[in-house]
Amino acid sequence: MDFIFYFGEVFTFTSMLLLIGGTIGGLIMGATPGLSPTMTVALLIPFTFNMTPVHGLILLGAAYTSTVAGGAVSAILLKIPGAPANIATTLDGNAMARKGEGAKALQLSFIASLIGGIFGVFLLIFLTPVLAKMANSFGYSHTFWLAIIGVTVIGSLEAGSVVKGLLSGCIGMWLATIGFDDIQGVKRFVFHPAIAGGVNIIPALIGLFAIPQVITMFAKGRFQNDVEQIQVKKHPIAKAFQEVFSRKRALIIGTSIGSLIGLIPGVGGQIAGLLAYDQAKKFSPEKKKFGTGHSEGVIAAESANNAMVGPSLVPLLTLSIPGSPTAAVLLGGLIIHGIFPGPTLFQQYPEVIWPFINSMLIGQILMCIFGIYIASLAARVAQVPQFIMAAIVLGLAAFGSFAVQQSMGDVYVMVVLGTMMYFLERFGFSAAPLVLGLILGPIAESNFVTGSLISTAQNGPFVYFFTGGLNILLVSIVILSVGFSIWSEINTKRQS
Amino acid sequence: MNIFQHKLSSGFVAGLAFIVCYISFTRQPSDAYLFPRVISVFFLTLSLWTFIKALLGLSKAGNGLTLNMFRNMLPGMLISSIYLFFAAKFLGFYTATAIAFFLLLTAYDPESYSSVNSWVKRIIITACFIAIMYTLFAKILVVYTPRGMFI
Repeated sequence: MDFIFYFGEVFTFTSMLLLIGGTIGGLIMGATPGLSPTMTVALLIPFTFNMTPVHGLILLGAAYTSTVAGGAVSAILLKIPGAPANIATTLDGNAMARKGEGAKALQLSFIASLIGGIFGVFLLIFLTPVLAKMANSFGYSHTFWLAIIGVTVIGSLEAGSVVKGLLSGCIGMWLATIGFDDIQGVKRFVFHPAIAGGVNIIPALIGLFAIPQVITMFAKGRFQNDVEQIQVKKHPIAKAFQEVFSRKRALIIGTSIGSLIGLIPGVGGQIAGLLAYDQAKKFSPEKKKFGTGHSEGVIAAESANNAMVGPSLVPLLTLSIPGSPTAAVLLGGLIIHGIFPGPTLFQQYPEVIWPFINSMLIGQILMCIFGIYIASLAARVAQVPQFIMAAIVLGLAAFGSFAVQQSMGDVYVMVVLGTMMYFLERFGFSAAPLVLGLILGPIAESNFVTGSLISTAQNGPFVYFFTGGLNILLVSIVILSVGFSIWSEINTKRQS
Repeated sequence: MNIFQHKLSSGFVAGLAFIVCYISFTRQPSDAYLFPRVISVFFLTLSLWTFIKALLGLSKAGNGLTLNMFRNMLPGMLISSIYLFFAAKFLGFYTATAIAFFLLLTAYDPESYSSVNSWVKRIIITACFIAIMYTLFAKILVVYTPRGMFI
C-alpha cells in the first residue's frame, strides 16, 4: 500500500499541468491516424530533458494512456483506427456513429477505457512489488535469459515472419554493441564518427518509429484525404454510464483479457482488442448484433486495449523487459533520467516510480473526462492532411533528435535508421524487436560477459547458463515462444 | 518485381550480417567481441536462411514497393536528405527547417499550384510551425541548434 503515500506529488501544480497537457495532447495525437502511441511517446521524450524525472515520467505516462484511448475517436467518427489497438473499435463504433449514436459510442469507449485502464493500473500497483521481490534472487544468467526472452517473444509475434522478427532483434542487438565496449573500452563497429559513442537510444527510437510513418505518408503522393466525418449529436453521460454497467459481461471480458495480454511481453493492444471483441461476441446472447453497431463490441474492445497499458509496464519496471513497443520507448525515457528499472527500482526510486504509477491512475480519469468533451475537436484535428502531418513529424523528429546531445550525429543516426527501417518493414521486418534488441542488448551483454567470467571459475558456461530450475524454465520459454510462433505461421500458411 | 525486391532486401541484410560476423571473429581483443560473436552467428544464420528463401522465391512477408510509391516518395526523400544532411548545418536549423517544411508542403499539397490561396496557406502554416518550434526548443528547452551562415 506504499503507493498511497506518494499521491501528494501528483497533485502539485506542475504535475497536474503536465498530466492535463499530456492527456489532451495524447488524445489528439492518438486520434490522428498514423501517429501511434509509440511514436507519440518517442517524440515527447526530448521535451522531458529539462524536467525532473517525476515530471518527465508523468508527461510520458499521461501521453501513453491517452493516445491508446484517443485512437477510438477516429475509429468511431472516421472509421480509421488511430492506432492498431483500436481496430476492433471500428467494427461497432463506426456503425453506431452512422446510426446517429456517435456521441454514445464515444462516451461508451471512454468509460470502458477508464474502467479497464484503472483495473490495469491497480494490477500494476499490486503485481509489480511482488514480481520485483521474486526478481531479487535472479543471477546473471537469469537476467541474460530474460533479456533474450524480451527480444525473442516480441520478435516472434510482431513481424511478418518469425525468422524476420528474430533477425530484426539480432540487428537491434548488434546496433547496441556499436561504440565502446564496457569492460575493455575497445571501439567496436565504429564506421562513422557520428556513432563513436554508440547508437543513442532516443534518436534511434524517434527514427525507427517516426521516419517510416513520414515516408509512408510521402509514398501516398499528392492525394486529397476526403474522410467523411460523422456529426456528433448530444447524448446524456449518465445514460452512457448506465449502459456500460448494464453490459457487465463485455466489460469483464474486455478488462480481464486486456490485463492478461498486457502482462505477456510483446502481444500488444491490437491483439487485446480483437481477442476481447471476439470473446465478447462468443459469450453474448446477442451475437447477431455485433458488427451492426452494438455497444458491447465497443465496450469489450476499448476496455481491453486500455486495460493492457498498466500490466504492460509490470515486466518493464521489475525485470527491465518492456511488455510492448511503447513500454520499450518508456524504458528509453527512464534511462535518460538515470533510472534503470529492475528488482531494486522500488527501493532506489520510490519517490519517482510511485508518483508515476499514481499519475497513470489519475490520468485514466482525466482521459475519460477530456476524451468525452474534446472528442469532436480531436476528430477535426485527425482530418489534418497527411502531407502536413508528415512535414510536422519530420521537423519534430529532427529537432527532438538534435536536442538529446545537441549533436548533428544523432540526427544522422535518426534519419539513417528510420529510412532503413521503412524499407525493411516493406519486406516483413519489424521495428519493435529491433528496438527491444537495441534496448536489451547492453543488459544481455553485460550479464552474458559477467556470467561467462564467473562460469570459467566454476563448472563452465554450459552448466552456468543452461542448468538450474530457473535457467531451464527461461530457456524453455524462449524455445516455446519461437516454436509456437513457427507452428502457428506454418498452420496459417496451410489454411490459406 | 516483388521477388527481385525480396532478393535485394534479404541480400542487403545477409551482406550486413556477413560483415558483422567477419569483424567480430577477426578483430582483437577477442574478449571485447565475445557477445558480438554470439549475436553475429545467429544474425548470419537467420539472414542466410532469409536470403536463400528469397532466392528460391519463397519469401512472401511484406508487400515491397511499387514504382508509383517510389516515385511519390522521391521528392520527399530528396528534400528531407538535403535538409538533414546539408542544409541544417550550413543554413542553420531554423532556416533550413522553414525551407524544407515549405518545400514539402508544396510538393505534396494536392491543391493546384495556380491557386494563390494555397500558396498563402502554405506560407502561414510554415510560419506557425517555425514559430512553435522556436518557442519550444530555443526558448523553453534552451536547445542551441546550429546557426550555419547566420552566426
